This record gives sequence, C-alpha cells and structure tokens, in this order.
Amino acid sequence: MSAKHAVTSLVLAGAISTALATLATAGPLTKAEAEAAVAAKKEKCFGVALKGQNDCAAGPGTTCQGTSTVDYQGNAWKFVQGGTCTSIELPGGKKGSLKPV
Amino acid sequence: MSTVTKSTGPAAVPLRFATPIGGVAGTSFKPEHLQAILAAGPRRGFFEVHAENYMGDGGPPHRALEAIRRDHPLSLHGVCMSIGGPRPLDKAHLARFRGLVARYQPALVSEHLAWSTHETSFFNDLLPLPYTEATLACVCDHIDQVQEAIRRPLLLENPSTYVAFRESSMRETEFIRAIAERTGCGLLLDVNNVFVSAANHGYSALDYLADFPLSRVQEIHLAGHAEQADDEGDLLLIDSHDGPVADAVWKLYEIVIQRRGAVPTLIEWDSRIPDWPVLQAEAAAAQVILDRHQSAAMAGERHAA
Amino acid sequence: MRPEPGSSFATSFAQALLDPARGTPEIVTGPNGKAASRRYDVYRNNVTVSLIEALAAVYPAVQRITGAEFFRAMARFHVRSHPPTSPLLFEYGREFPRFIEAYEHAQAMPWLADVARIERAWLDAYHAGDAAPLSPDRLSAIAPARLADAVFIPHPAMRIVRSPYSAVTIFAANRDDAPVERIDASTPEDALITRPEFDVAVRHLPAGGAVFAACLASGQPLGEAAATALDASPDFDIASNIAGLIEAGAFTSLAAGDA
Repeated sequence: MSAKHAVTSLVLAGAISTALATLATAGPLTKAEAEAAVAAKKEKCFGVALKGQNDCAAGPGTTCQGTSTVDYQGNAWKFVQGGTCTSIELPGGKKGSLKPV
Repeated sequence: MSTVTKSTGPAAVPLRFATPIGGVAGTSFKPEHLQAILAAGPRRGFFEVHAENYMGDGGPPHRALEAIRRDHPLSLHGVCMSIGGPRPLDKAHLARFRGLVARYQPALVSEHLAWSTHETSFFNDLLPLPYTEATLACVCDHIDQVQEAIRRPLLLENPSTYVAFRESSMRETEFIRAIAERTGCGLLLDVNNVFVSAANHGYSALDYLADFPLSRVQEIHLAGHAEQADDEGDLLLIDSHDGPVADAVWKLYEIVIQRRGAVPTLIEWDSRIPDWPVLQAEAAAAQVILDRHQSAAMAGERHAA
Repeated sequence: MRPEPGSSFATSFAQALLDPARGTPEIVTGPNGKAASRRYDVYRNNVTVSLIEALAAVYPAVQRITGAEFFRAMARFHVRSHPPTSPLLFEYGREFPRFIEAYEHAQAMPWLADVARIERAWLDAYHAGDAAPLSPDRLSAIAPARLADAVFIPHPAMRIVRSPYSAVTIFAANRDDAPVERIDASTPEDALITRPEFDVAVRHLPAGGAVFAACLASGQPLGEAAATALDASPDFDIASNIAGLIEAGAFTSLAAGDA
C-alpha cells in the first residue's frame, strides 16, 4: 500500500461517477478529433495513436516455398540512407543516423 | 451441425460440406483476398490455409477463417510438423494441429515429407531427408502419431528438393509408396514439386509419375517455380510459388488427371501474391481440365451402359 | 564435415544452415556426382531470407525507420544468433528489441528498441484470445464502500509499453506510407495496446496511466493501484484514467472485494 497517498472511498466513488459520466456521453472520436487529440497530446487524454491496419500489418506467415531472392551471406554491408530516421531528432541536434558510431 | 466435442475455444464452425469434395479446383487463402472473396459470395471451389498461421488464440485470423469456412470447404495444410526429422514430434504442436482439425473440420488435411525443426531451432523451410529403412521407420512412426491425434488419415506431400543424400538407398517414389502402405495415409501429389525435383536431379518426371502410387492421391498441388543455376551452371529450379503455373507443369497435370481421375486441385501462390482475379483464373484453368475429364468419364460410363 | 558417429543426418544438415562460414555438409550431393554447394545454398537462402522477412513482417515500422538494407543486415545477424524456437512464426522476434538496443550500428537511435517493443505488443494483441470488454455497468453496480477493493481482469490483448522517448509517436508515424514529419524523440511516452474486438488500437497513456494500468493488470485492487499511480505521478487523474482504460477495452471483467 502506498505510503504517500491514500485514496479514500469517497475520492474513488467521485472518480468512478465522473468516469461513468464520461463514458456515457463520449461517443467514439471522429478521425479529425482523434488526430487533433494526438497532435495536442493532451496530458489527460487517451489519444489514439493508431487503430486498425489489420490487413497491412498482419505479421509473418509460414512458408512452404523456396525463395528466389538471394540473401544469406554477408557480414558487411553498406550503410544506405533510405529510412525515415533522419526526421527523428533528439535534443542537441543528434539525429537518427545509420552511420556507425 | 458438428458433433465434435472440444475442450477449449469457440464451437466448431457448422459443417456445410461433406468429404470428399470431388474434382474441384481451389486456391491458397490469403488474408489480403478476404474482402474480394466475401464480396463475390459462395463459389464452387475450396481454400487451403497453412495450419500454423491459425494457431494463435484468437483475433482477426480466426475471424477470417471462420468467414471463409462458412461458405467453402477447407483444406488444412500443415507446414511445420517436422514429420521427416529424427526428433520426436512436438506434442504441443500436435495438440494445436488436432485442435484446428476439430474446430474447422477441413475436407482435406495434409503435411509434408520434410523437416523444419531440429534440436531447439525452427528453420522455417521444408528440409530434405535421406531415404533409408531407418528414416522410413521414423517417418511412419510420426505419421501414425499424427493420424492417431487427428483421428483421420493424413495426406502426405511429396517434396521439391535441391540435394540428394549419399546414404539414400531408395527412390523417393519407393519411399512414399512404403509410407502409404504402412501407415494407410493418403497422398498429396504436388505436380510442380515433381517437375522441380526431376529437373534438379536429372530424372524424368513421367518416370516418377509412372512409379508414384497414384491411386492413393487425394489432392493435387500446382504452383509456379523460378529458375537458377547449380554449381555446373545447369538449370536449378526453385519451388518459389511466386508466379503462374508453368506450361510444362500443366501438361503433366493433365496426364495425372487422365490416369488418376479428377481429385481436388489446389493452386498455391505464396509470394508476390497477385490480385484475387489472377489467382482465381489459375484455379479456373485447373477446373477446366478437371471438368473436361469428368464429362469424358461420364460419357464413357453412359457409353458403356 | 563428416557426421559424428551416432549423429543424425539432420544434425549435419542443420549445422551449416545459418553459418555461411561452414562448408556444405558432406552427406549431401548433386545427381551423378555433381557438386552440391550451390544446391545446399538454396536451403541456407530459404531459411535466412524467410526469417528476415518474418522479422520485417513483425517490425514494419522499424524497417521503415532504418530503410530496408540496414534492417535486413541487422535482421540477418539476429536470425543467426537467435533462430526461432517455435514453429509459430508470429511468436518470433521477442528478443529483437533487446538485440536492437545492443546493436552497435543502432546506437544513434536509442528510441528504436521501444518502437520495436510496441510493434511486438501490437502483434501479440492481434493474435490474443477473443473476449468481450468490460461494460461500464459492472462498475456502477459496485457499492461505493467496496470500490477500493475492486479487482480488474485484464483483456488477453492488453499490453503496456513505457518509453523514455517519443516511441508511440515514432511508431504511429511509421506504420504506414504517409510522409514522416520532423519528430522530437525526447518526450517520454507510454503506450496502451488493446484489441477490444478485431482492431488493434495503440493509445498514448497520460501521466501515471501506465503505472495505474500495470498495477490493475497485475491484480492490485483499485484503491491501491490509484495510490501507487499518484505516488508515481502527482498529476495522475483517477477518473479520466478509469474512463480511458474501460473505453479502450483494457479489461474484461471485475471482481468486487469478496464478491
């Protein structure tokens, strides 16, 4: 049990009734609302970052066929820029990079 | 409605099609085709799935398979049982396989003469085995276990191979015939595999078929292959399932149907998967051959009567 | 390689499949005395390529972030050091996020492993068992005095991934083909992954939300979980978190105290 905070029945009951009221009134977010919520990254909002896409990201399947793509050797390779990592930044100007460090 | 009792999971899908399903052409079921298939409504044909892709607990894969199964016969094709390996079968995997057979009541259930797991590693490929008395005993033992578990005969598929084993003492056809006789299993004849292996090992596909126990064949596979070269620069065929069935394979298929009669025939297309109408057209081409044979056979019966 | 006495053909055949430094096993041959080297390489190639492609299918955002060539090279190392142990390919790649974390050439992308963790959780949610999400009515039926003892049963698909980086934003921006705008990777983000019916959803969790959800999922009663979340984050809001978790379908049922 927490040392710093105790949550009383009264506080919980209040929170639950607020939660139930929220659930009763909240319809599903429209796409625009969901995007706005994600953009704003509201601290108290469960912003939907991604939903669906079942068909295009269904994970791997088994194979019972061979492949004509040849790619089993190679311990060395060229670093090829081609990903989106260069758009992703950390403070200090450090961008994502495929260069060896 | 099914009378199969199940310990876990949702109830079995209502069984709409009795087995056997006769001389019908089907295709691999690929989730990207689900909407097109459902939109077209029930059609003549059947769908085959790799069992392992439906061994998760729930979610979209089972929903899709239930939707397909509602209106079409199903073929359950195991890829990873490792029947051809020396290690004991994975009991948990066998139980999952049995569960799928009970749940979906497929018209056809098949596995491969190959192995894919050794020690603790799963290699995700159909690996070859030597054909000896020792491996024959082991394979038969594994098939007995599978058939015991699923309580019905399994169809065993002939492999496509790229190497031979120095220790092999039997021809592949001899080996497969012995398996079928000892275990009572049926056979899945992959005509493209026959073509690929014949080219790769320098024998005649027709000789192979002449020696193959055709009367035990209850399903046929057709697929496309790719061309590469061996160490000597000679043609080496890869069983790639990434294109249309080759003309030479269609010819072999017609010969098989003439000799064996019409059996369910599947177009496999597993890589570079085309739009649904393209795959459907391949199945339609197989159906034409099946129907031509079936009407000729009926005419022959009428004539005889 | 001559097989060891007593070892099976499979042992000899398997040893070189994921190790290009090893020669072709002596047990195999081509027809009529032809060489078997390129022939055996077909199997090496099938194994390696199919497993790299399996990782690419589990981790599409990671591949888009790094580009295909970098990804395939990284995946090839992983396939060799961690081949799958289960024939269920959708289970493959659980070690991949940790591998990425330690991967020399990915050190400039410290957020990449957490993006991979969200992708792995996405696929787990996709295949998880089906269950109806908790109806809010169940909550309103509990007497106020017993709310603190209420225990929530997590939905089989529910997962939480915490990151000191903007892993949720980076994940979401790279799961499709839309252009990726500049992203500041330094904001800590926590993800809630659920699948109330058949669509997997990934949500941002607000302050304290991950601690709260994890406590509830591990079976802590509501009162204790709320207190722990408040300890972790003074901004934690009980009402909006309960509403958010229920709306997301994070739970299937609840037990109230001695009920």
